Amino acid sequence: MKFTIDWLKNHIDTKFNNNQIIDKLTNIGLEVESFESFSSELDTFIVAKIINAKTHPNADRLKLCDVDIGSGKTIEVVCGAPNAKNGLLTVYAPPGSIIPKNQMKLSVSKIRGVTSYGMLCSESELLLSNESDGIIELKNNKYENKIGEKYFKNTSEKVIDLSITPNRPDCLGVRGIARDLSAAGAGKLKINKKSNLKYRGNQNINVTLKKEKVQGCIAFGSCLIKGVTNKESPKWLKDKIKSLGQKPISAIVDITNYVMFDLNRPLHAYDADKIDNEIIVRNSSAGESFEALDNKKYILENDMCVISDRSGILGLGGIIGGTRSGTEYSTKNILLESAYFLPRSIRKTSKQLNIDTDAKFRFERGIDPLSIEEGLTKASELIKQICGGEISNLDVKKIENYKKTIINFDPFLFEKTTGFNVENKELIKILEKLGFNVSKNKRILKLVVPSWRPDITQSIDIVEEIVRIKGYEHINTSEPIKTRLKPTLNYYQKLFHFLQRSVASKGYLETVTWSFTDSKINQLFRENDEEIPIVNPISSDLNVLRNSIFPNLIFYLKKNLDRGFKDISLFEIGPAFKGKNPGDQLTVIGAVRAGKISRLSWNDKERIVDTFDVKKDVIQSLCESGIDKDDIVIDDKTPSYYHPGKSGGVYQNKNEKKALAYFGEIHPNIIKKLDINTEGLVIFEICVDYIKESKQKIKDSKSEYKFSDFQKSERDFAFIINKNFKSQELVNIIKSADNKLIKSVRVFDVFEGENIPEGKKSIAVNVTIQSEEKTLNENDLDNINKLIISSVESKSGAKIRS
Amino acid sequence: MSDIKKIKDDYIDKLNTENNIDKVNNIKSELFGKNGIISNEFKKLGSISVEERKKLASDLNNIKDELQNKISIKIQEIETKEINLKLEKEKIDVTLPERNIEIGKIHPVSQVIDEISSIFSEIGFSVEEGPDVENEYNNFTALNTPDNHPARDMHDTFYLDNNKELLLRTHTSPVQVRTMLKGKPPFKIIAPGRTYRSDSDQTHAPMFHQVEGLHIDKNINMGHLKGCLNYFIKEFFEVDKIKMRFRPSHFPFTEPSAEVDIGYEIKNGKIVIGEGNKWLEILGCGMVHPNVLKNVKVNPSKYQGYAFGIGIDRLGMLKYGINDLRAFFETDYRWLSHFGFDPLDVPSNYRGLSR
Repeated sequence: MKFTIDWLKNHIDTKFNNNQIIDKLTNIGLEVESFESFSSELDTFIVAKIINAKTHPNADRLKLCDVDIGSGKTIEVVCGAPNAKNGLLTVYAPPGSIIPKNQMKLSVSKIRGVTSYGMLCSESELLLSNESDGIIELKNNKYENKIGEKYFKNTSEKVIDLSITPNRPDCLGVRGIARDLSAAGAGKLKINKKSNLKYRGNQNINVTLKKEKVQGCIAFGSCLIKGVTNKESPKWLKDKIKSLGQKPISAIVDITNYVMFDLNRPLHAYDADKIDNEIIVRNSSAGESFEALDNKKYILENDMCVISDRSGILGLGGIIGGTRSGTEYSTKNILLESAYFLPRSIRKTSKQLNIDTDAKFRFERGIDPLSIEEGLTKASELIKQICGGEISNLDVKKIENYKKTIINFDPFLFEKTTGFNVENKELIKILEKLGFNVSKNKRILKLVVPSWRPDITQSIDIVEEIVRIKGYEHINTSEPIKTRLKPTLNYYQKLFHFLQRSVASKGYLETVTWSFTDSKINQLFRENDEEIPIVNPISSDLNVLRNSIFPNLIFYLKKNLDRGFKDISLFEIGPAFKGKNPGDQLTVIGAVRAGKISRLSWNDKERIVDTFDVKKDVIQSLCESGIDKDDIVIDDKTPSYYHPGKSGGVYQNKNEKKALAYFGEIHPNIIKKLDINTEGLVIFEICVDYIKESKQKIKDSKSEYKFSDFQKSERDFAFIINKNFKSQELVNIIKSADNKLIKSVRVFDVFEGENIPEGKKSIAVNVTIQSEEKTLNENDLDNINKLIISSVESKSGAKIRS
Repeated sequence: MSDIKKIKDDYIDKLNTENNIDKVNNIKSELFGKNGIISNEFKKLGSISVEERKKLASDLNNIKDELQNKISIKIQEIETKEINLKLEKEKIDVTLPERNIEIGKIHPVSQVIDEISSIFSEIGFSVEEGPDVENEYNNFTALNTPDNHPARDMHDTFYLDNNKELLLRTHTSPVQVRTMLKGKPPFKIIAPGRTYRSDSDQTHAPMFHQVEGLHIDKNINMGHLKGCLNYFIKEFFEVDKIKMRFRPSHFPFTEPSAEVDIGYEIKNGKIVIGEGNKWLEILGCGMVHPNVLKNVKVNPSKYQGYAFGIGIDRLGMLKYGINDLRAFFETDYRWLSHFGFDPLDVPSNYRGLSR
């Protein structure tokens, strides 16, 4: 909402200066976005000083000037003026300026081989005089301290731009703003002058509000103005229209616009001679069309509120008029419309047709239903004044009468809500100035809500009115109440933060990517989840919700590889979507690692990242978050985007059916499809939601501490075993040979090939044996050795290597 | 006796010039071995008179001590020399680089969420979360924003179906609805999370982060709202004083509503929060609308309280001098390394919010 202070003062007598008005507006909830003059073409011309004028190297009559243009900047300008000399104060026009004399736009140009940034101006070029013999010489004493400032004062009036919240249609007119200001003590609202307009004759174009299931127009006021002379608007009106940031069109159109912005009362003027017999306000049928004043043709759906005549549609009520009945300079007779359209109807139609106009914006928020006559009178008066003509009686057709909103307000609610008290007397004064009719019934105030405030429906709205006008600065700042109702984080929230930092501490950079992704990449990671398209995506490559974190992660990994980074570790923790209903999402960590370990190290051998690097990262992170490493079980079933032979699933313990994590190499097909150039690419993922909370809290599980001081022994074994036999199983067989004595089993060598039969492999393990009761003698150790060998051989078909 | 003395002097001379450890050991056995010169002299003592024996024994012992002493000093001397030589040879260039360090980082958004949670934890708030996909009711209708409300235009919504029933939440406020529907008052929660709006330019991203706050109890008024936010902003920006301004505004789900500005100034091209005469809008808040309370089965005549919503990304930008919102989500390795936080730098009250 734009307007000038002058315009505001048509409605309020105020002693406030501009800044006080600006502050007040913001303080009562009418936020000032800006308060500026219109920019002027002359704004670019600034006061400058020639620091050094020397002869142009290629032209004796030209000079090369170093010019101080303020804020510490010096530029070089080529100048032909004989009076250009060191120390001269003059007017400088930078590139982009438009020279008033010839309307030429300056650009950076080369003059005889030297680049000139803008020009120094003569009086004639600025249309100040006919003096064209040299550049302007400004007086030292006046301009010495103004270098860099505008030479021309911008005299256009400053425009206030307010950002009006959707609940305040009344402030989409200057009068409403003035009313708020006056309630807040900024001055006295002027009383509207009583009109002494003379009406002659009847409005003889018949208006019918057709009965519809939902009639979007509930009141239609109109009058005829006959014998007008449409013309250009007078200067005062043009200035008003311009201050709104709009172009003046003709007196009649400008007047209807002016009244809309002045009183928040949209109007429409028809060329009465172009109306076919009568006005019918009705609902449209699908397929009807008309050409609107924005020069677009609209094809309508069923049940849009239209203004029509016998030939068809004239316009969309409250939204936009049509070209067929538009006013022109030649228009002689006009029909002026002032109606009330239902916000819901306006909103629905304008959404369907995607039209936004000033009238639509206002009707959608709610116009004062009692302003029909006032609008007609004010506009007719102005039209008569400017264009002449005779005004008919006002004709108002209604299908519904306005019902007052009454609120019984208990002033105690104010203090209860805001925490401070306002005297009843002051409170009533504020409400009355806002247009409420207040009567008292003991403690309760009976309030009749003004018709222009459709937003006020209940007591809490009254609290807001009072506190906003009184000022939010009166609200106390209470000390925060520290009472706690429950712990800050629950188990999974803690786990989230813990795993996040745990993974990062392994050298991964955390990233945050969109929750949506490109369906083409998502497809590669979707598995059996349903695709979840976004109906109105921001772009076609962000058109589905991500089923996995990897589509985005791999996409951005590739971007970084293309930037020239080789060794990259990235991860994200966030939602992966499994369905389109609320809650069909899992919290997942996805991590990628590309490139080499120890690249260009002077002492370590570099190698490509591999599955066991990410296996370490994932297992370590899980252990750090509280999972017992000894319980973890690994298998080789993984989603299809993993390399089928080089990836694994992680289970919290042997009873779990669902893998809580996967790790491994990414499938080579994906690397090929996405054209990723890297030496190695391994990934892992953890589903945070699948981790089961331990039954014991740490304070309960820490109580027992057992250790053995008896000597421990280590024995190495090598078995020849089927190639596909899993080392994890071998380790379990050995452990279970004697759970008490065998403390740990470590695989230290795996070997295939020479001396090993086809289809077999050799696995070497180191077993630590220790008793908690005694030092084991040779005999004991021999027995356990034999037990280990026989268990392994019988349970796995392996043979001990001799 | 003079023989012995001479022998001693000879050996002392020899030892003085000897530098080989094996040779020194040879000398040692020449002198003190089973048939060593000095050992033999001691053996002779038995065959001489008591008178002479006393004198000779004493001399012999002195000579023995002197020689032994000399030998051990010599051995030590040679060993020290050898070890020093060895150490000298082993010297390495310790300025060569260490083994590769892999430094991980926490994203600024995550760090700021942790900072926010830590601050509100201090005054008794707990963290609630809700789904990113919401239904129309929780996101709008329950929050007193019916379908025909123009306030919906301020939320450019991503929809998942043509009936506009399922959408990506446009704010974290639906978590208020979920929290109140599943529990009983009082409520005291914050709800940080991802939010989505379908606009995208220099200052808007289609996804961003908000933190919702809600405190409902019997007597929570606007003074508490002011106090809570004043505390939060001061703690968050880690300044002693903060200039704050509450301005009336409008949100359908709060009444009265306010927007909050904080004072700032530009110093050396950098934004300084707290003082100065410029205002920066940072959050929206208000008293929860009675209609909302009714929708979530809380009796508005018994309970009341405040809610607020703050843009997390923007807070992070202001605090850590980040200019471009979109860069948050573009996964540029350089940006993440530059603006990321060390994983061990966990914001907490007792260790300080930030290093």
